[in-house]
Amino acid sequence: MVNRETEPIFWTLFSAGGVVAALFLPIQLFIFGLAVPLGWMHAPARASLYSLAHSPITRIYLFVVCSLPLFHFAHRFRYTLYDGLQIKHLNEVVFVECYGIAIVGTLAAGYLLWTL
Amino acid sequence: MSSPTPAQTPSTMPHSATSPSYTEFHPRWYRPKVSTYWWLGKWAYVKFILRELSSVAVAWTVAMILLQVRAVIRGPEAYLRFEHRMSYPWMIALNVIAFAFLLLHSVTWFNLAPKAMAVRVGGKRVPAVLISGPQYLAWIVVSAIVFAIIISRA
Repeated sequence: MVNRETEPIFWTLFSAGGVVAALFLPIQLFIFGLAVPLGWMHAPARASLYSLAHSPITRIYLFVVCSLPLFHFAHRFRYTLYDGLQIKHLNEVVFVECYGIAIVGTLAAGYLLWTL
Repeated sequence: MSSPTPAQTPSTMPHSATSPSYTEFHPRWYRPKVSTYWWLGKWAYVKFILRELSSVAVAWTVAMILLQVRAVIRGPEAYLRFEHRMSYPWMIALNVIAFAFLLLHSVTWFNLAPKAMAVRVGGKRVPAVLISGPQYLAWIVVSAIVFAIIISRA
């Protein structure tokens, strides 16, 4: 699965996802995971979020923000398990699970935003 | 020592039936066993593992966004349930931790860029701050735009 030919693809996805995650995810989590639940700001109404999500730009944004960081996660977490837990013998299982999450998440994002 | 372990003295390892992978001409490589907790010994290693673990917070945040989009699509009741779930104390506690990891990811990522790309202008290496600086600026601008769009809907 990972060899000299395919490693650059995985690494590029890791790198692109790292940039997207670094730029966009903190503000997303801050607003919807902390500021709104803690009452620091008014919750946006569901109807206005729905109309916002309808615009093609928002859909592209949401797709990019969901898919690329998952491939970043897959690559990085795979190596965290290798190095941190010293489980090189579970190579294939870890690979399939990490990239499985990334692919399932990307398909879910694509499906949700397509049917929106 | 009556029975030396292969890791300690590979050259004197007996040619035994219990180690079929060993041959006289291709001895087993010398590989000392590394503890699972090898990274706890030094702060630099702990930082490395924490940085790598930030990927879990990344996946967590994406999961939150996907669940939110799904709730928005499903209707007002589903979205109310989503908002209710996000306000559980344990959820907020998890999000505080995840947010700290996301910040760690952003800062380490931007600081790494000048080390990964050695940009030279006129034979001189461009100072690190000129490479990571614009990324911090972009981070602030992007966050402000996302915040402004969301707050205009609130």
